Amino acid sequence: MIRLSIQARQALAKLTLPVLIAASFGLMLLGKADALLAEHARMALADTLAPIYAALAEPLGDLRDSIASATDLWDVRAENTRLRDENERLRRWQSIALALDAENQRLKANLQWIPDPDPSYVTARVVADAGGVYAKAVLLSVGPNHGIRKGEIALDERGLVGRVTEVGARTARVLLITDLNSRIPVILENSRAHAILVGTNGARPRLTYWAEGAIPQEGERVVTSAEAGAFPANLPIGAVHYSAANVPEVVPAAMLDRLEIVRIFDYGLGGIVAPEAPGRLPDRRGR
Amino acid sequence: MAAADQTPGIRPRATLGRRLDIAARQAFPAGCTIALMLLTETPFGIADQATLLPAVTLACVYFWSLYRPAAIPPPVVFLIGLLFDLLGYLPLGVGPLTLLVVYGLALRWRRPLTAQGFATGWLAFAGFAAGGAVLCWVLAALLSFRLLPLGPALFEAALATALYPALAISLIRAHRTVADPERA
Repeated sequence: MIRLSIQARQALAKLTLPVLIAASFGLMLLGKADALLAEHARMALADTLAPIYAALAEPLGDLRDSIASATDLWDVRAENTRLRDENERLRRWQSIALALDAENQRLKANLQWIPDPDPSYVTARVVADAGGVYAKAVLLSVGPNHGIRKGEIALDERGLVGRVTEVGARTARVLLITDLNSRIPVILENSRAHAILVGTNGARPRLTYWAEGAIPQEGERVVTSAEAGAFPANLPIGAVHYSAANVPEVVPAAMLDRLEIVRIFDYGLGGIVAPEAPGRLPDRRGR
Repeated sequence: MAAADQTPGIRPRATLGRRLDIAARQAFPAGCTIALMLLTETPFGIADQATLLPAVTLACVYFWSLYRPAAIPPPVVFLIGLLFDLLGYLPLGVGPLTLLVVYGLALRWRRPLTAQGFATGWLAFAGFAAGGAVLCWVLAALLSFRLLPLGPALFEAALATALYPALAISLIRAHRTVADPERA
């Protein structure tokens, strides 16, 4: 070790803090100049931590489930009647849906309709929240050789969840439709009018830019639009709900606050690269 | 080791076990901060769990810069900040800067803050938490060129202030027992 005088050592000790503060500013510049650097560092860390979180997720999930089932015991009777009613209603809808589906198939056959290709998908477990304070995203554990690419579309059993924005060796990050940076072209199902769904980091994203005269109706279903080639048409997103300030919002069909398993679909679309998370410059090197 | 050698007195021989013991005690503050940060990212399924990470990190760095600044020198604070950025999905550099500012100010006001009991330290931490959260918010907004909602930052400050006593009490225990190099 180099021997320094006491004065020199004290001066050095005093200098460390200002130098490191300057280094943090340098790091900010570096992060802005090379957006991929931060992304790679993040995904490398996520790859390291994901197996631990995945291993912990199961016992923690069991614990949550047992707590939930204990509280469920209280209102099991009321729940039962509610479910019976709902089942009755859904049965009626099922027969209608089956009839309509059969009719739809017949009509398509008559029209020489070219069917959409069946998309391939992989199912993945959500292992952690990957949003931080200023973003809404989840981390998926996908195993090695997964073949997931940026821009693929994540759905849960009820509706659209978001898009894959970052891919690591064993993990993938999905930016949710509620994120501040999320912009999704949508169609209002009754009026077939186009609009844009804008995330706000809140629980319900907002609808904007709908066509004049096609005002979103309360309860109207909202589905994705194939415009711009970012999404396939007609993926369910949610239903319109007017907020207290009379702003049309969408209540997402997907259970975004307790995602457990999502499916990542490859529709072979490459229209738009995935939205950037805060603090990134657009990735010009493509995906 | 170096600090221990500067005080006169009779000490047991520096065997390997003893040196390891002292090293472990000196690494405790940084180690427990990092362990707590990783713990907050574990999927417990709590609502707004992402806010726990900045709250716990700020509280730990503030606590150790008041009670044992020698154990977390600025380079370690910088590394903790970097981990904070990566785990919290903030733009790079925001965490190191915020934590270093908190560390520097806490170090400067160390004597008045620790001399007047726990309540003063807690009150001052409320100010540090608010300042830290707002600084993070400003930097994140500047670096992503957009106005971010201020609500999460205020919630973060409130959560950090609320968590501080519980965290500080267990850390003071550790500071006096398992983390004390004098007791090696």
